[in-house]
Formats: sequence, structure tokens, C-alpha cells
Amino acid sequence: MKHGEDETMDKILFIDPEKCTGCRLCETACSLHHEKVVNPSLSRIHVAKWETAGLYIPVVCVQCESPICQTVCPVKAISRDEKTGAVVIDSNVCVGCRLCALYCPFAGVQIDLKKGRVLKCDLCGGSPECAKFCDPQALQYVKATTANMMKQRAAAQKFSELMKKMLVSP
Amino acid sequence: MRTLYLGGRGIDMYLLYNHVQPKIDALSPDNKLIIGGGLLNGIPCLGSGRCDIAAKSPLTGAVGDSNVGGFFAPELRLAGFDHLVISGKAEKPVYLWVNDGEITVEDASHLWGQDTFEAQTTIRKDRNDDDIKSIVIGVAGENLVRFANVRTGMKNSAGRTGMGAVMGSKNLKAIAARGTTSIEFAHPDELLDYCKEMNDMIIGTRWAKAQSKWGTMIIYSNTNTTGLIRTKNFQLNRLEQGEDLEPEVIDRYSFGTSGCYGCVVHCRHRYTMKDGDDEPIFGEGPEYTSLGAFGTMVNCTKMDTVLKANHLVNKYGIDTLETGGLIAWAMELYEKGILTQAETDGLKLEWGDENVVFELIRKIALREGFGKVLADGFKPASAKIGKGSEYYAIQVKGMSNLHSDERPTPSFALGIATSTRGSDHLRSRPAIDLYGLPEDLLEEIYEGPVTSDSTVYEGKPRMIWWQERLYAVTDSIGTCKFQTVFCAVHAPKWNEFSKLIHLATGMEFSKPQLMEIGERIYTLERLFNLREGFSRKDDALSERYFKEPTPIGLPSAKGKTIDKERFEEMLDEYYALHKWDRNGVPTKEALERLGLDKEPSHML
Repeated sequence: MKHGEDETMDKILFIDPEKCTGCRLCETACSLHHEKVVNPSLSRIHVAKWETAGLYIPVVCVQCESPICQTVCPVKAISRDEKTGAVVIDSNVCVGCRLCALYCPFAGVQIDLKKGRVLKCDLCGGSPECAKFCDPQALQYVKATTANMMKQRAAAQKFSELMKKMLVSP
Repeated sequence: MRTLYLGGRGIDMYLLYNHVQPKIDALSPDNKLIIGGGLLNGIPCLGSGRCDIAAKSPLTGAVGDSNVGGFFAPELRLAGFDHLVISGKAEKPVYLWVNDGEITVEDASHLWGQDTFEAQTTIRKDRNDDDIKSIVIGVAGENLVRFANVRTGMKNSAGRTGMGAVMGSKNLKAIAARGTTSIEFAHPDELLDYCKEMNDMIIGTRWAKAQSKWGTMIIYSNTNTTGLIRTKNFQLNRLEQGEDLEPEVIDRYSFGTSGCYGCVVHCRHRYTMKDGDDEPIFGEGPEYTSLGAFGTMVNCTKMDTVLKANHLVNKYGIDTLETGGLIAWAMELYEKGILTQAETDGLKLEWGDENVVFELIRKIALREGFGKVLADGFKPASAKIGKGSEYYAIQVKGMSNLHSDERPTPSFALGIATSTRGSDHLRSRPAIDLYGLPEDLLEEIYEGPVTSDSTVYEGKPRMIWWQERLYAVTDSIGTCKFQTVFCAVHAPKWNEFSKLIHLATGMEFSKPQLMEIGERIYTLERLFNLREGFSRKDDALSERYFKEPTPIGLPSAKGKTIDKERFEEMLDEYYALHKWDRNGVPTKEALERLGLDKEPSHML
């Protein structure tokens, strides 16, 4: 799809699990913003943890270009927000069948049985709270071009470290 | 109750004073184990996941209290509970399962004997839920080691004062929580914005920035250069060839840092190390405390030793500081000939021998041989060993001092002597006293005449009195001490706490009201200790502080002792600030003002 003029359309929620410290500020801020309470089970983002190995990975909707959730939705409740680029669910249309949650390969949609609904990240209307609260920058809301550059530089740095090791002990 | 004590440590102390009968045996079913979430648990700032665990201490006989981070307290709250009071004793090992408004007692016979990591993993596997948060004891708690910890996650320890032994005495292996209810707030939108502001305020301080990279190990660089670090128990105040313990060395082992709930500082490292032919170790930490306990105190100069010992004490669930303090003491006794191989199961307790350190950790946790003597703590151990061994024990009220050397800093010395839970830097330490800040800035913070020079006695009681109240309130709202005026000057304190409480709960507290709550909590702890028979004589330091000058260090640290007379004067002034009499007993007026004159009001 073609991105519009609005600059938030050029931005993505960039995830770098290596920087995640597991503090769950993202979950907390997310539920406080969306639900007005703190309740990680109602957060759109979740930090999956393997505590005894020290591995923390934030799991959140990646806003696919061709969203599977949109494809499988039988009532066409899912569309792209033209302003933010987020894939959003129209709760007035949604019938709560949960197919989107079942099919999403990234666990980007959560089921809230208490209220009979599904929850997913809407990028907070173009200003995601999770990224604002993530001081270690495991979550950043940045232009796609910036994200590319950051990945490239990180890869280059790893490559240079590998080269150094090879030079010291070939 | 909340208007008088807030929550966390405050309400825990009220429950402790009212539920625990005087002079009971701390390891008997009469003792109560009290678990308390803080008033602000769950908000997205200031490391708001702190949990307070209290009981009468089996180590000191005084107030037992430990404040721990991690993720347990918010989960307990999400499961619908703020405070738990556990009495009696289970017939066989059990754990408590706390889930969405219900608590059940579950069989824990398969968990008994498991280390603190295994036990948490087993509970998660049993219940098929990786997001369960547990507080557990290790083998040391089961064996009633009097300084056993309660632990949660890989790193977090509710340390000091032996709360793990109290849990063990109740046959309680763990409390596991999982919750999907909501924590509600009075002004959620403003709270979210203000929490963001708080996080920026914290991470904007140089201290937090340094700590987010190196953890509390950063303190070592300063104190070991200056000569403020106990070495070889109490014989030196700087570790020579201590370069391998500098914080930068952790880069060899670390693959990132890790944070507690709601924390931007993330002060601990995730590290791995190879241990001979065994499986590689994964651990978190170490704290500055462990650099002392298994580095300077025992004269070990390698980060490897510290990391391995840190992992061992966490696995067994014993206090790192107490363990290191006792081992260092035993090594000095061995050097002086007070202990010989006959008493130590043939071990040569020589300085710097890491294998002796590892072996003694194991023996203490398992209460095996000589470890059994140390497992009861300084007072029973020195009574058993005799031969003047008590003189070499660096402790207050039966609890080990931190490895910091307080001889050059009268404020720190007064703080450890008066702390309500025995020797302790987390009750009142005015760490910023070391910074040599301008006097007018200090007087603005401490609200009265204080001094900028950390080596003098004037003005220090006021610093201690102020910090006591601030830390009592911090522990009660359930936020982290590193995110208030502990090491960082420009960190949130009274007014910020007041606003956070308002936005979260709708309750209004002025700064003087919060300070009064701090005073109330601290005074109630004092009352508990007085009831147990403690008095002015126990607000004391080991004789060595007065007799043996620091041998090395920079001019501010070298050749220092604590002047006995001036120490007693500080004590007088400190009591007077509290409106306690010369024996440290709160006056009738003070008790009436704080509404404590009728406590205990609900003795159960």
C-alpha cells in the first residue's frame, strides 16, 4: 500500500529485544492508556520472559502490510488507519469470533473473555505510550528509514567484532 | 489505616506490632510472617514493584523487615491482595496459591529441597503458566539458617533479618501469585503523564545513568579508591590489587542489564560464566554488597569468585552480606588462632582462598559441621566460639555491618547503630553526605543545620532522622530507594510522592503529613524493639570502631576512629530530634502526637 503524506505513516514500532530489560513498563503504560487501569492481561503488548535464561522479548502487533487478521475477519471489522498506518479493529463491527487472534502468527491480537472482545495495538493514534516509557529503547517509534539504518549499523558492528576476533585468533 | 501508615512497610509494621506477642521465639508458630504490597504498586514509574516482608527477626530478636523488588508485589495486587498475615505452622511442606481473589494451601513436598530457582520453575510448570510470580525459600530457609532470604526471580532477595527462616519455620516453601484483576486509579490519564515525568527525572540524574550501566558496583570505584571499604574483615580499608573487582570487568560476563517492575534504572547485570566442567552459570547481579562480601572482606581479588559466590548464595537463599561478614570474621579468628582446624572441619580459613568461601557458603546453607555454628549468626556463634571472638565481630544488634567502613563517616556510623533492624544502611544512610555538596543545598534538603564535611559529627543526626522518614515512606508506597534521595540528590521525594499518591488514590497528603507518617512508622519500630528489651545500650558500634584507626586511604579516610564521646553526643541529639528521652524511649507527648499512645490496640 502507498503511504500517505502524514509523517506518522512513515513510522514503525521498532523492536530490539536485545535491549529489553524486562521491566514491563510498556505493558503497564499500555493498559493504563487504553483501559485506564493497570492490568497486564489487558495490555496490547506483552514481554515474554524466559527468566532463568535472562531472555526477554516484547510481543506486539507488527502492523503487517498484508494483515492476516484482516484477511480472515469474516465481517470486515479490520482496516488500516490511514493516519497512523496501524491495523485497527472497529469494535462496532467486530462480532468477537477471535479468528484474528487464532490466525495471527505474531500473537498480535489478545483475547479478553471478560468483556468478550479482542485487543490489539493501535499505535495509540500515532504516539505509542510503550515506546515513550521504554528508556532502554527496546521499543522505538521511528521512521522506517531510521529503523533500517539502525539495523544496518547494529549488524555492521557485530560484523566488525567478528572480524576482530578472527584477526586475533584466526 | 492508609492515612496513618500508607501501605507496604508501614502497614506491615502496624500488623507486626499488633499481631506478634512480646518475647516469643521467632522460629516458633507464634511468629507471624507478614507480606505487604506498597500503596503505589503497579504504577509505571519509580520501580513500583516493591514488596515488604516482616516478622520478628530470628537473627536479631528485633524488628525483622525486608523490602524486595522484582515482580511479586504487583502480581499479588493483580490477584486481589495487598497484605497477608501468616501464622502458625503447616504440618508438612506447603505453598500458598494466590489467584484472582482466592488463596489455597497447596502441597509442596515435591518442592522441598529444591533451590530458589528450581522451586519457581517447578511451580510455573505445575500450573502451566510462565507468568506466575513467586516468593520462595531455598534450602537455607528450610534449614532455618537465621539469615536465610526470601527470594523472587533470578536476582531479587528479601535479605537481612532472616525472613526466609521464618518462612521455613512455618513449613512454607513459597507463595505463588497470578492475577488478572485490575489496579484502579483516581486520575489515570494524569497519572500516566506524571509517571513519564518521574521516569525522565530519575534517568536524568547522573547517578541513575551510571547505575543503569554498572549497577551498584559503581560505588566500588569510589570507595575502594578513598579507603571506605572494609577489607580482611576489619583490618584494612582498601583492597590492594582490587582492579578485577572494578565495575567495568563485568563486561566480560554480561550480556545486558535487567530491571525490576516499572524501573528505568535496571541496575543489575545478566551474566554467564563457565564453572569448570559444570554447566555454565547464568546469574543476575552482583551488587556492590557482594563485591565486599566475597571480595574485599575475604581478601579475594577476582570477579570470578564474586560471581560464583553470588550465584551460590542466591541458589541456597542466604543473605550475601551476612554470609560474607561471618566468613570474613571466621578468617580473622583463624588468623588470630582463636579458631583452628579442629573447629573448622579441617578447613584452613586463609585469606583469599575462594574454595574456602564456596565451601563455607555450602556448609552454612546445609547447616553442616562448622557451618552450623555460623548459621545462627554472630551472637550465638561468638558465644559458642568464646575466647574473645566477639571483639572481632563487626555487627550491630546481632546483624552484620555492610562492608563499608564507617570510621571516617560519623553519619553512616550513627545510622547503622540506630537502625531498627540491626546494622543496616537501608534504614537511614545519607549517602549524599559523601559528595561534599554546598551546605545551603544540604540545609534546604534536610531542613535545618547540617554540615557538608562527611568527616565531622555536627549536623549528622538531623541527616539520619530525615533519611529514616524518607525511606520509611518509600518502603510503604512500594517504590525503590534508588529512585529517591539516596544516592541521587535531584530525585523525587516528598512533594513528588504526594502528587503520585494523589493521582493514584485520590488521597491528599502534604509534605509535613508524609514526614509524620515516616516518623510514626519509625517510632513504632522503635516501640517494637523496646518491648523486646532493646535500649540505648544496643544503639552501639563494635568496640573496634573506637579503638582501631583506619590504616590507609586518602586523607579523608586515613587514621580515623569514631570518637566515643562525640558518638554519644550524636545519639543524644538524634533522640532529641525524635522527641525520645535520653534512653531512646519515645516520650508520652511524642506518642500522643503520632497517635501511637494506645498501640498495640488490637493485640491478637
